[in-house]
Amino acid sequence: MASNSSGSDSSDRQRIAQQRLSVIAGHLQRPVEGNSGILAAECKAQGDKLDVSSERRTVPRRRQEIMKWNGWGYSDSKFLYNKKGQAEFTGKRYRLSGMIIPGLREWMESTFGANLQHKTPAAPILNSSVVQPPTLNEAFLKELKSTGIPFSHDAEDRVFRSHGHCLHEIFALREGKIGRVPDLVVWPNCHNDVVKIVELACKHNVCLIPYGGGTSVSSALECPPEETRSIVSLDTSQMNRILWIDEKNLTAHVEAGIVGQDLERLLNESGYCTGHEPDSMEFSSLGGWVATRASGMKKNIYGNIEDLVVHIKMVTPRGVIEKSCQGPRMSTGPDVHHFIMGSEGTLGVVTEVTMKIRPMPEYQKYGSVVFPNFEMGVACLREVARQRCAPASIRLMDNEQFKFGHALKPQVSSIFTSFLDGLKKFYITKFKGFDPNRLCVATLLFEGDREKVLQHEKQVYDIAAKFGGLAAGEDNGQRGYMLTFVIAYLRDLGMDYYVIGESFETSVPWDRVLDICRNVKARIVRECKDKGVQFPPLSTCRVTQTYDAGACVYFYFAFNYRGLSDPVHVYEQVEHAAREEILANGGSLSHHHGVGKLRKEWMRETISSVGMGMLKSVKDYVDPNNIFGNRNLL
Amino acid sequence: MCKGKQSDQLMEMAQALGAKTKVNSYTVDFEQCPHLLSVTGPVQQAGLEDPKCKLQKAKGTASLKDDEEFTDILEERRRTTDLSYALRTFNPQPYKGAPTLSTADLNKAVLESQYLCFIIKEIAMETGSSVEKVKEDASVILKEMSHNLQLGFIRLMGYTLNKVFKRLYRSIYVNMEGLNMLKQAIQESPVILIPNHRSYVDFLIISYILFTYDIPVPVIAAGIRLADVTIIGGILRRSGAFYIRRAIGSDKLYWAVLLEYVQTIVRTGYAPLEFYVEGFRSRTLKSLVPKLGMMDMVLEPYFKGEVFDITLVPISISYDRVLEESLLALELLGVPRPQESITGLFKASGVLQDDYGCMHVNFGRPLSARQLCEGKINWSEYNLIPRNLPQRPTAETQDCVNWLAHLIVRTQEEGSLISPWSLMACLLLQTPFTTLTEEGLQWHQLTEKTLWLRKLVLDFGARLNWPAHIPDSEVMSSTVALHHSIVHHKEDRIYLVQDEDPARQDPLSPEEGVMRMAVVVLMLVSYRNQALHVFVRPGILAIAIHITKSTRKDELFSFFCFLRDVFSDEFIFIPGRAAQDFEEACSLLQKCGAVHTSQQEVTVLETGLEVLSFLQKLLQPFLDSYQLMFRYLCEKEDHVFTEEQFLPDVRNLATKLILSGDLHTFEVLSSDMQKNVLSALRRLEAVTKLRASQQKEYKVNKAAVSRTGDILSGKVPLESLHTTPDARLQCQGFALMDVAGGRLALLSTVDPVIRTVSQVRGGSAQRERAQVQVTSGFGQSMEQLQLKHNVAWR
Repeated sequence: MASNSSGSDSSDRQRIAQQRLSVIAGHLQRPVEGNSGILAAECKAQGDKLDVSSERRTVPRRRQEIMKWNGWGYSDSKFLYNKKGQAEFTGKRYRLSGMIIPGLREWMESTFGANLQHKTPAAPILNSSVVQPPTLNEAFLKELKSTGIPFSHDAEDRVFRSHGHCLHEIFALREGKIGRVPDLVVWPNCHNDVVKIVELACKHNVCLIPYGGGTSVSSALECPPEETRSIVSLDTSQMNRILWIDEKNLTAHVEAGIVGQDLERLLNESGYCTGHEPDSMEFSSLGGWVATRASGMKKNIYGNIEDLVVHIKMVTPRGVIEKSCQGPRMSTGPDVHHFIMGSEGTLGVVTEVTMKIRPMPEYQKYGSVVFPNFEMGVACLREVARQRCAPASIRLMDNEQFKFGHALKPQVSSIFTSFLDGLKKFYITKFKGFDPNRLCVATLLFEGDREKVLQHEKQVYDIAAKFGGLAAGEDNGQRGYMLTFVIAYLRDLGMDYYVIGESFETSVPWDRVLDICRNVKARIVRECKDKGVQFPPLSTCRVTQTYDAGACVYFYFAFNYRGLSDPVHVYEQVEHAAREEILANGGSLSHHHGVGKLRKEWMRETISSVGMGMLKSVKDYVDPNNIFGNRNLL
Repeated sequence: MCKGKQSDQLMEMAQALGAKTKVNSYTVDFEQCPHLLSVTGPVQQAGLEDPKCKLQKAKGTASLKDDEEFTDILEERRRTTDLSYALRTFNPQPYKGAPTLSTADLNKAVLESQYLCFIIKEIAMETGSSVEKVKEDASVILKEMSHNLQLGFIRLMGYTLNKVFKRLYRSIYVNMEGLNMLKQAIQESPVILIPNHRSYVDFLIISYILFTYDIPVPVIAAGIRLADVTIIGGILRRSGAFYIRRAIGSDKLYWAVLLEYVQTIVRTGYAPLEFYVEGFRSRTLKSLVPKLGMMDMVLEPYFKGEVFDITLVPISISYDRVLEESLLALELLGVPRPQESITGLFKASGVLQDDYGCMHVNFGRPLSARQLCEGKINWSEYNLIPRNLPQRPTAETQDCVNWLAHLIVRTQEEGSLISPWSLMACLLLQTPFTTLTEEGLQWHQLTEKTLWLRKLVLDFGARLNWPAHIPDSEVMSSTVALHHSIVHHKEDRIYLVQDEDPARQDPLSPEEGVMRMAVVVLMLVSYRNQALHVFVRPGILAIAIHITKSTRKDELFSFFCFLRDVFSDEFIFIPGRAAQDFEEACSLLQKCGAVHTSQQEVTVLETGLEVLSFLQKLLQPFLDSYQLMFRYLCEKEDHVFTEEQFLPDVRNLATKLILSGDLHTFEVLSSDMQKNVLSALRRLEAVTKLRASQQKEYKVNKAAVSRTGDILSGKVPLESLHTTPDARLQCQGFALMDVAGGRLALLSTVDPVIRTVSQVRGGSAQRERAQVQVTSGFGQSMEQLQLKHNVAWR
């Protein structure tokens, strides 16, 4: 909402913008009597006027209304074992919702040695009394009140913004343990609100921690325990409007607090999409993507966040930073966007972003290929990357993950389907001679116009065939993608039964992909053994993105912690060792999760001392008093 | 399959060997040792005729000290036929990730590897020849090198070795626990088998044992000379041997083929890889300073992350009696080694009629390269260069490999079993030679001392192969009987065997007499050497105590380090572990009641004189020999000499001195010792190799050599105060220095200039990590020369 700044040309821009908005409104097919007001009126008034669309917002100010306080996602959606001992996914939101998953129990029992008799239930409700009373900066609070920006120091609100989704964070919450939490939560409604908040924070020396979707897995949202100032969590979730759509240039100007699913849904209503689909897109926010250098599943078509962003506006203690134009590429010294992307909330708050948009794809098709072993699969992906013909998404799951995906097959109603499944299995293992304990599966997603998709599909399957790959149907493909959306819910189920786990990722040159996968998995197994874990861990990986020069590899690691006195510590030691192994094998510190506080000990060796100095000097200039004091990255 | 045909051939060969008439000069005379027969009484009643079999039974019933650990694998072989053994079902469990590669696939993979292709292109560019031509050369090299392991030949080998081993040895003891650990390890990661090498016999012993116990048989790195032996070379190749040229020098293509070949085997877990880290067969039966080339090659796939881990299995093979004992002594005395050939083998077959006691094969605990190298390798150096490009290991990596190689050899030493005979050899060598040759050593005296020594080695924690349930006297006399080639037992006295050559008419010249004597003595020396590693550390401390006459721990440590440095070609010391070695020496001497140690002091106890004097005498031949060679170098007129000149000159000088009664050791005659002195002096920079010369020409710094000799004899005190942060951590309180300190002190007397110790032997053996601040003052004369050195030891 750049138009808020008064200027001689503002009326002209407003006119154009209004035109665009009416287009959106048309797509929304809602009464839009207030749409012109969006632009003209003061931000804080908009809340009321946009009540209509606020229904459509996924994330309310009080997250507790729909989301779990000590687990992943919506309160109504979770895995559980019903009275018959069968796994079931509750709620109505997902494809899997309301279904019985017959294979899951056996998989959990055989993979982890878990047992339905051995439960580790979570603390049911948040006990506000264990939350430390807020340390409030009265002067700041007084002035904040006068701005009219909503805020809260309610214990629940603060606890919700004190963590991301690292294992140790969720584990502590489940045990009812709560550490340092923000002292105050504020909900700015627009860019100008943010400017005011940052000004006040600087004036009163208050620590600000921006909060978007809360899906961080790098301890980035944890309040630094050494922070003595009042900590204010700046929740951007209410800044969730699409301010305009530019159909000529195919861009959209969006407030940074919008979560992925809302952004896609709203754009879809106008016939567009961004195509940016990180696995966390239901809950993660645009600002968060920018701040962590996020990557989406379909980056092969649409690009990663750095490819999608055209313009960024960020509020820093020094003032607002933005470029003067929306040119698609510039040669104007180092790209200042790259100081912002990946800054992880240490420099300021991203408030508005102009993103590329694309017309919605006409046709989508899932697919899958079975390979006799992982080595062949990787060779195939490498060839696909060499020929630059990767579909929207191509992922290669290893054998363990294939079995995991298989265990998530919902109950089939017809005997015919199960008979077909049996036949397929017979064909692959017996007729084709694939070893069920070695085979692996690549899942595919094609997008575009129908004809091209089919052509593309053929090309990819032809390459796969050269590496011994057999097409294994759309169903397997789709289930593979479902796994990534429900994995976080599954972790909660595991934690009910002594199983803890996490995922982590890296990027690595092609020639090291096989080695890194093997070595990291083996290291995890060995470390678990050394650290006294009583049961063999699940240690699995997938090659989840392909690039010209390498790939992104994603690891899942989980184990049954029965018999361990400090499971989280053991978990952290193993994860630490696994990261060391990744680095030793030529992998990067992170492909898209970011550094946060969890991985910052390796930053210096990753980017060199000079590199650290460069980042440090930017931080020192932009935020000399460390107002954005979450202490990530550096 | 050509198995059938070949096996017939082999069978004939074995029969021929068996039927061969006795050309050997050594036969066990069982009449002479009635005690042996008395033990085997019950077996005799059982009607078995083979005396060796009886002995083996006797040994079977009489349990060893670690009887439960070791199993005689020949025992079962004697009960079944060789043929059924050879045709047994062989069903090994290979490394789990290993694809089933044929030898042809392996060679193809090597030739098509990106690394080799890169090098081939590079060479083609450099030499201007075509890529095809260089590729052709590479495949010729590969053909010469590659093994051709075939199960049929493994069976044949099993069949033949069965015959040979049953004939040669009473028993072959193997520790089953180690074997089981190996079996497990092979399934988990690529395994490198690293045995010591004391006899040609052990070349295939590992394969033989692994075949017997259903473990994948190894491919073995062998010297190219073996390949040229008619028939045998081919058979060994088919039994898994691959051949490496000795002097590769700067042949880039050869190195590349070798590297890729070895690494492909390791990477794919094709088969366990066996090689001798000592590089050669030890002629002295003493461990050799490890060679690093092969070690580097096999570890690199791990450093590059191409395999998760590599398992190193040190294997210690110990013999009661070594097949080639006299040949080895002759070689050491400069008699040229006979070319390996099939006729040579047949000539040696007379040797097959003799009794060689037992062999012990001790499989060490599998060592994880990953665990050992933890924190010692900087991985990122491998991350910025494509892995198929050649890459020089950094100094850090080289140090790690060097350290690891030394560790392996030390582990081999610790795993070897010491025979009663080794103990006796230690004692016999401390007896005046005239006693041994003329009046003879009283049997009861030897017995008494041997039993005393037995207690000492056990105190020192050695593995001793001393049968527990046989009376000591019988163990002793059977041992002496076994070594009839060296000593004989007559009328309660022990004499050294003096080879009387009845065919010879004219009397021996005195020089010839010395040489004759030397052969027997060096044989004795080699058996002593088998036990030496147990005594080295306390022995060096004993010498330090003797020479410095000091009780101060810091002074003793300085001198200990000096000795450790001077003799680091002679004995195996793990680099960077001077302080631990010193502590070990102190605690062992304290344990056996020889000294009392406190924070600051090491005081000799009255009761410990016997131990200290034994240890000192044990190592005295080394000191004497080194001193003699130092003297030779100092008294030479010229400053430049060649190795060809040095060896005979020293030998002549020594012979003269032995004859005049001024020198009491024959060991200086050993070419091994002579070469060790040269490399020690080069390491100490008292001798430098002249670059320009084609021949091995050296330039000697006489002042430095003489200074070393003076310190070694105690004429000039080694006084210095050194601190290394490293050592200080290890020994609380007082200032210590590590090896480098000793050398530095030495250097500074020679040339008071700050210098960095150059790399010797592919990564300096004793380079210290930290900054060493050294203040050194040497004696009164040197007092004004208080040097303050700030030396950065890389």
